[in-house]
Parts: sequence; C-alpha cells; structure tokens
Amino acid sequence: MHEMGITQGILAASVDAVKGEGGTRINEIRISVGEMTEVVEDALQFAFEALRAEPDYAMAAGAVLLVTHVPASSACPTCDGEVFEHGRFDGQCPKCGNPFVEPRSGHELRIDSIDFD
Amino acid sequence: MAEIDLSRPILDRNEELAAGNRALFAEAGVFVLDLMASPGAGKTSTILATIAALRDRYRIAVIEGDIASRVDAEKISAHGIPAVQINTGGACHLESDMIRRAVDALPLDELDLVIIENVGNLVCPTEFDLGEHAKVMILSVPEGHDKPYKYPGIFQIAEAVVLNKVDTMPVFDFDEAEFRTVVGKLNARAPIFPISATKGDGVDAWAEWLAGRVDAVKRA
Repeated sequence: MHEMGITQGILAASVDAVKGEGGTRINEIRISVGEMTEVVEDALQFAFEALRAEPDYAMAAGAVLLVTHVPASSACPTCDGEVFEHGRFDGQCPKCGNPFVEPRSGHELRIDSIDFD
Repeated sequence: MAEIDLSRPILDRNEELAAGNRALFAEAGVFVLDLMASPGAGKTSTILATIAALRDRYRIAVIEGDIASRVDAEKISAHGIPAVQINTGGACHLESDMIRRAVDALPLDELDLVIIENVGNLVCPTEFDLGEHAKVMILSVPEGHDKPYKYPGIFQIAEAVVLNKVDTMPVFDFDEAEFRTVVGKLNARAPIFPISATKGDGVDAWAEWLAGRVDAVKRA
C-alpha cells in the first residue's frame, strides 16, 4: 500500500504550494499517473479520502483528486526516433521489432495543477 | 477560485534525498545495489552467497530493510560483515531518508559495495529511487514462472534478474523458457542469472556481473 506514502506526498506538496499562493482552501488536485507505474487509482483515492481529514492537510478536507492516466510510449532509435504507444508487454518497435527502445511516457507521477480559493 | 500550474513530481522530496545519497556514494566511490524480491525468495541467502564470492575482492556492507526484527542483520553480522538494520514499522518499501540514516552508521569511505535488502514486496519498492546504482530483483523457482505477468513493473525496472532456487526446478512446474520470453518482452536489457544461493550454482556468473559494475564505479 505505497499509495499511502504517495498520497502524503500529493497532500503535503499541494498544501505547501497553495499556502505559498495565499490560498486557504483546496478544491481539486489534478495529477498524472503513468500506465507503467505500480500505482492503483482505487488505492490512491482510498488513501486520499483517509488522509485529507488529517490536521496537517485541513485546507484539503473537502478536496477532490482527479487522476489522468498517461499511456506508455517509447521512441525507436533505429526507426529515426519514431514514437509509438504500447502496453506493458509489447514495448517493442511495431515497425522493426527492436526491443531496445527509449521510454518517452508512462512513468509519470506528477501533480499537474491545483484549484483553490 | 484560482489555479496553480505546478507540474511537480509527487515524490520530489524522496528524489531530492536520493540525489543527496547518490552524491555521497559517488564521493566515497562505493557501488550501491538495491535488491528487491518477495518474502522468502532468498534475498538474505543470495546476499550471503554474493558476500562469499566477493569478500576477498571488495569491502562490503549490508543495509537490511524489514518491517520489524533484526534477524537478517544478525545473519549478515555473524559472517563478519557490517550490517545496519532499518525497521520501517509497517511501511512496504524503503525511502531515501531511511537509507541516508543507515548510511550515516557505515564507514562509507572504507567500503566498495553496499547491498540494500529492500522490504519483501514485488510492488511498492519499484517507485522509490534510493540513490542506488542498480535495482536488481530476485525471483525464486517456487514462486512460479508467471510472476512477470502479475508484477511487470519490478521486472521492467530491474537492471538484472536473479532466478534463485534453480535446484528445486525438478519439483516445481517452472517453465524457464516462457519465463525468459516474458522477461525479454518487459525488459530486453536485463540479464537473467539462474542461481542456487544455498548450493552455490550459478553464483559466480552473477557475482562477476556485479563485480563489473563495482569496478566501473571504482574507476570513475
């Protein structure tokens, strides 16, 4: 259940950022989670609901967590760096079959933006 | 109502501390290995076999991560190797600040290789950079050849895969060819080292790979 630690990271960083802007209440936190990470959205939402009530994160007590899933993509060095999307088990270049490709997306764990008052 | 565009990594605090660890390791010229596996795959036995193979060539220390207890650190210490125990108190993985505190208890300048035994878990340790040079995972034969289908992330992030307990292959329904095919699809770069940590089979090839990495850091 490493989603608990990840959610603490989301809440702590968001509270810091919003305090820095002079805000007092967080309405929505938007994050991106890559498809190649080991993060489960249900567990993230569960941890978020449990943790947002903690005194340290009081300004996020009514906040919503919005998750955007980012598909995995890689670039093939032998096909002029052409980028292709793929799943967990088919990361080989669809044109030449090269398995030694360079990951471009899919490993994100990022806070994109925060909506606050 | 207002909005901030943050575009900030969620784990940036851990990543900053990992960068600090990396700088410490570079300054000391010590190679750091993060060893991950499920409970019972043979992490401690593999570490002991690795120590036996390399202790004449390198000065080695071990950082033992566990939810509770000191049993693994005691096993390592019994072989005359410095071992620091980290108890996570329930956390399913190690983080950079824990490694930093453990490293402060080690004579880093007098070491060539530090092996971190992560908490037994095939999921959580994959997301956390500790500042290590390489993450390596161990799968054991009794766990089954289908594990890469169930836990692909750890196979994708590992720089090498150790397949332990190969001496039990005749007893279990483990399809090594299929295992190699699926690991190849997930991570074409990772070599696979079949070993029996307790019997010693295959340990030399694994230890030579590791020695190559340690030497590269010492030369740098």
